[in-house]
Amino acid sequence: MDESLTFLLSIFPRLLAAVPLTLALTAISCVIGNALAVPVALARLSPNPLLWMPSALYILLMRGTPLLVQTYLIYYGLGEVLPGSFIQQTFLWEYLKDGFWYAVFAFSLNTAGYTGEILRGAMSAVPRGEIEAAKAYGMSPWLVLWRVTLPRAVQICLPAMSGETILLLKATSLASLITVWDIMGTARQIQKESYRIYEPLIAAGIIYIITVFILTRLLNLLERRINQHRAAPQSA
Amino acid sequence: MDTSPSLLSLMSFGHDGWGARFVDGLVVTMEVSLAAYAVSLIFGLLGASAKLSPYRWLRSIADVYTTLVRALPELLLLLLVYYSGADAIKFLLSFLGDDYEDVEVDPFAAAVIALGFIGGAYMTEVMRGAIQSIPVGQIEAAKACGMSPLLRVRRIILPQMLRFALPGMSNLWLNATKDSSLISVLGSFQDILFMGYRAASTTKHYSFFYTMTALCFLIVTLVSMAGIRLIEARVNRGYK
Repeated sequence: MDESLTFLLSIFPRLLAAVPLTLALTAISCVIGNALAVPVALARLSPNPLLWMPSALYILLMRGTPLLVQTYLIYYGLGEVLPGSFIQQTFLWEYLKDGFWYAVFAFSLNTAGYTGEILRGAMSAVPRGEIEAAKAYGMSPWLVLWRVTLPRAVQICLPAMSGETILLLKATSLASLITVWDIMGTARQIQKESYRIYEPLIAAGIIYIITVFILTRLLNLLERRINQHRAAPQSA
Repeated sequence: MDTSPSLLSLMSFGHDGWGARFVDGLVVTMEVSLAAYAVSLIFGLLGASAKLSPYRWLRSIADVYTTLVRALPELLLLLLVYYSGADAIKFLLSFLGDDYEDVEVDPFAAAVIALGFIGGAYMTEVMRGAIQSIPVGQIEAAKACGMSPLLRVRRIILPQMLRFALPGMSNLWLNATKDSSLISVLGSFQDILFMGYRAASTTKHYSFFYTMTALCFLIVTLVSMAGIRLIEARVNRGYK
């Protein structure tokens, strides 16, 4: 037992060194995914069937199939198509040799589907009067979107979106299956080197729990910041 | 476009098509999902009862359970519970005598328990919320009629909470089918994703076979969604 504990402590530095990679995967996929979620939600709300039908199909595909299958499809599927194509001659090729950007690609598309659906609900919950008021001021449709609809929708669905971000952080562990050495990947690497099953997983688990805890706190802080005007008034 | 007939023949049900093996994989996926979902219902009921119990230590155990499971990646939990579950059963059996030392724990049972344990944490929250949504008056009325606690659970709490729990439970069923794809990582299951992986690496038609795999999961989702709609209509029939 003692020896097991010593080993557990000895592998922490290696696993902690992988934390930035996991955070980078989460942050980049979160930014790209949430940015893509806006056009997905807008198209989903459009009365034009040429817009809302593809968007509804996209959301169904992203939410109706496992993320692991999507990740494999992108990693192996693009790996089949890209070599030999013009991409190989461009600067992009350097980045496409390991799994990182494929993982980012898969996670971003997936997040766009889930958040798109959340954002759609929030956008249709923005009070009608606020949009009418913005129009009455003579704002163009894009300005209304940028100044009123989007900020209000984000305020409304922020709790759901931060939940989605936590799920994304956990989902990045799937990148370990396409040769990305994130926390999970490093843990599995240590498992193979040391022939120990539990210690690497437990150590990685502790690191994930702490990371999730810190991220939850930060997101709560952000929520309070953004919804400041709705907080209970401070007593004098 | 001349490659499409040959690609489709790869999915045929004949001797060199992968169709039959994909169907086998789908059966494994469905078996694991259904069994894991059933286990998660048990964990969920136990967890929800613990969370609502008057005993503080029970509530604390349930809180630790849901917090830990929901903070850890599913893949990590699956590996951890899968291996430790097998070891725990072996450990328990070792008390019964030396005859059991070489017992191999069934990987199916270990994977189902692992997935059910994960799903159970989410189920706990769904069921706790649903039980709390039942109007107190109904439970008081049952008490006033002199029903015993168990009879109250059977006649009032379970049927009444179903209506509130159904949206969450349907979501968790869809998650269970998708999470079952993780068992392909364990290496002892020929589930749908494993079949897709094998077919893709044998034939080198990666995008085709992973698209087919995704399509299988999509069909499961669509059929489930249709089923859920029927069940919801049935459960809510008194509230139209």
